[in-house]
Amino acid sequence: MNFHNLTHGFVDLTVAGLTQGAIYALVALGYTLVYGVLRLINFAHSEVFMIGTFAAAFVWAWFGYTPGSGTPGAVAVIGLILLAMLGGAVASAGTALVVERVAYRPLRRRNAPSLIFLISAIGASVALSESVGVATGRRPTGMPDLLVPKQAFMIGNTPVTNLQLLILGSALLMLVGLDTFINRTRLGRGVRAVAQNPDVAALMGVNKDRVIMLIFLLGGGMAGVAAVLYNIKVGQTDASVGFVLGIKAFTAAVLGGIGNLRGALLGGLLLGVVEQYGASIFGNQWQDVVAFLVLVVVLLFRPTGLLGESLGRARA
Amino acid sequence: MSGVMEKARKADEGRARAMSGLRERWAALPRSWRYGVIVALIVLLYYLPGLQPPLLYTPGTDFTTVLFLCAVYVLIAVGLNVVVGLAGLLDLGYVGFYAVGAYSVAILGSPDSPVVVKFPWLVCVPIAIAIAMVSGVILGWPTLRLRGDYLAIVTLGFGEIIANIATFSGITNGTRGIGSVPQPSEANWPSWMNWFPGAATGQPIFDVAHVVGYYWLALTVVLICIFGVRRLERSRVGRSWLAIREDEEAAEIMGVPTFKYKLWAFAIGAALGGLSGALFFSKQQFINSTTFDLFTSILWVAAVVIGGAGNQFGVAVGAILLAYLPERFREFADYRLLTFGVVLIVMTIFRPQGLFPSRRRSVELQDRAKEVTVDA
Repeated sequence: MNFHNLTHGFVDLTVAGLTQGAIYALVALGYTLVYGVLRLINFAHSEVFMIGTFAAAFVWAWFGYTPGSGTPGAVAVIGLILLAMLGGAVASAGTALVVERVAYRPLRRRNAPSLIFLISAIGASVALSESVGVATGRRPTGMPDLLVPKQAFMIGNTPVTNLQLLILGSALLMLVGLDTFINRTRLGRGVRAVAQNPDVAALMGVNKDRVIMLIFLLGGGMAGVAAVLYNIKVGQTDASVGFVLGIKAFTAAVLGGIGNLRGALLGGLLLGVVEQYGASIFGNQWQDVVAFLVLVVVLLFRPTGLLGESLGRARA
Repeated sequence: MSGVMEKARKADEGRARAMSGLRERWAALPRSWRYGVIVALIVLLYYLPGLQPPLLYTPGTDFTTVLFLCAVYVLIAVGLNVVVGLAGLLDLGYVGFYAVGAYSVAILGSPDSPVVVKFPWLVCVPIAIAIAMVSGVILGWPTLRLRGDYLAIVTLGFGEIIANIATFSGITNGTRGIGSVPQPSEANWPSWMNWFPGAATGQPIFDVAHVVGYYWLALTVVLICIFGVRRLERSRVGRSWLAIREDEEAAEIMGVPTFKYKLWAFAIGAALGGLSGALFFSKQQFINSTTFDLFTSILWVAAVVIGGAGNQFGVAVGAILLAYLPERFREFADYRLLTFGVVLIVMTIFRPQGLFPSRRRSVELQDRAKEVTVDA
C-alpha cells in the first residue's frame, strides 16, 4: 500500500480518472437506457461500441489520415473529430438496431425469460466481435495522431490537457442532451411511459416497437461517440476491445443505479476515479479488483445503486 | 422471410413433441429394462477409449484426452446447472470457483508452490472442494439478497477478481504457474488390465501421455455427481429451487426460506466447480493464470442453456458439444466462435428451452408466451 502516491498525485489522478470515467459513462448510457425500458442486460452493447471504434478509424482513413500521417490543422482536426463522431454514431446505432431486430425482437414476441435474452445477447456479442476479428486478422488497428495532448490550463501544479477537456466536455454535453431529450420531449415521454408500464403505455397509444428502436438508436449513438473519444485517447483498437470496456461500463451503470441516466454519469465518473485511486494505492494490477469491490460494497448498502433505478420511476 | 421462419419453427416444434413422446415411452418401459439400458450405456462410456469410433474419432488430438475434457466439462455443466438451471440464478463467474478448486490442489499439493507442506491428492481434493464451497458462500452471502440481474454483474466481477489474484498474487506464481500438480495415485496398471489399450502393465495409471486412468476417474466422479444432483433435485431442496426459479416472491410467501436455498445452490454449484478444476489440473500437471478468463465462463453458461437448463441429460450434451466440437473441427479454428455466436442466436429464437429441454421449463416458457397481453 502506498498512500504517498495518492496524496501526491491527487489532482492528476482525479483528472485522469474523470477522463476514463467519461468514456465509461457514455457507454453505460446504452446499458441503462435498454435496461430501464426492457429490463434486459444488453450484453452486445460492448460490440456496438467496438464497431464504433472501427467506423471512426474508417472515416479517418477515408480522408487520408492513417497512423503516422501527421497532424492536420486545428479546423481540420475539429472537422475530422466531428465527422468521426457522426460516422461512429451512425455505425454503432445501426449495429444496435440490427442486434435488436435479429436477436431480441423475436424473443420479445414470446415473452421469453431474461436468461434466454442474455444468451441471445451473448451470441450476438460473440458473432459481432468474431466477425470483425476474422475480417481484421485479429490485428490491432492504429489511429492517426489527430490531437497531440497539450496543456490547456493548470489546477494547482497539475496540467490538464486539451484531450482530457475534449473527452469530459463531449461526454457531459451528450449526457445533458440525452437527459433533456428524455425528460422534455414528446418522444422522451414515450420512452419514460414504456419504462414505467409497457402495457398501459401501449394502450395510451405509444408505439412500443418504435420506442424500443429509439432507445437502441440513442444508446448506439452514445457508444459511437464514446468510441471516437476512446480512439483519440488510446490510439488503437481491435476486435476484442469491447469486452472489458463493456463490463466496466455495465458496472458503472449498476453503480449509479441502472435505468437512471444521471446515475450512469455518476457511476461512470466514480468508477473511473476509484480505479485510478485504487491503482495508485495498491498498484496498477489491482485496479479491476478495487473497482469490483467498490461495486459490491455499494450494492450491499444501496441495493439499487447510488441514485436508484428510475428511468420513469421504478416499476414494481 | 417470416413465412420461412414460421415454417421452420413449426417443424421444430414437431420435433420437440416427438422427443417428448419418446420420453414418455422411455418412462413407460419396465424398470428392469430401463436399468439394463442405463448400465449398458455406462459400460459403453467406460469402454469408449478402447473403441476409437470412426466418425467421432478426433484427428490431430488424442481421443481419450478429448473424452477426459468432455467428462470435466460435463461435471462443470452439472454444477452450473444447479445454479442456473435449477435455482435460476445467473452465475457468469463460474470460472472463479473452477480456479479456486484448481489452485487449492496445486498450492497444497505441489512441491513447486510457496506453501511448504505437501499433502497427497486424496487430502487436497476434499480441501479444495471445501475452499471452493466456502468461497461460494462468501460470494453468495452478500449478493444473493440482490435481484437477479445484479447477481450477473457481481459474479462477473468475482470471476475477474479471481483471475486477477491468480495473475498477480505471490502464492499462485502468476503466468509462470505451478508445476507438478499432485496426481491421484502413483500406482501402476495391474497385469489383468493389460487387454485394454492404453493400460499397459507397469505403466502408471495416471499418466499424461495415456489418460485412460484420468478419463475413468473423471467419468466415475461425473456419474456420482449426476446421481447425487438428481437425488437433490427430487428432494425438498430441489422443489424449493424450482419454486424459487418460477417465482421467488411467491415461494417466500409460501414459506420457502429462499435465501437459504439460494445459498445452498450457490455453495453446491461452487463445490462442483472446484472439484472439476481440481480434476482437470491434476491431469494437466501444470497450472497458470492464463486459463481462467471470463469468456470461458460465459461459454459455459451458454452450453448449459443450449443443452437445456434444468435437464441434466441436456446440459451434459451441451457441455460435450462445447468440449468436443472445437477438437473435432480444428481446421476451422478461426471461424469457431463466430459460428458459435450465430448458433446461439438461432437457438434462442427456435428452441429457447434448449436442445433437450427440461419438461417443467418448457411448460414455464409456454405459460410466459401466453401471458403477453398486448402484442409486444
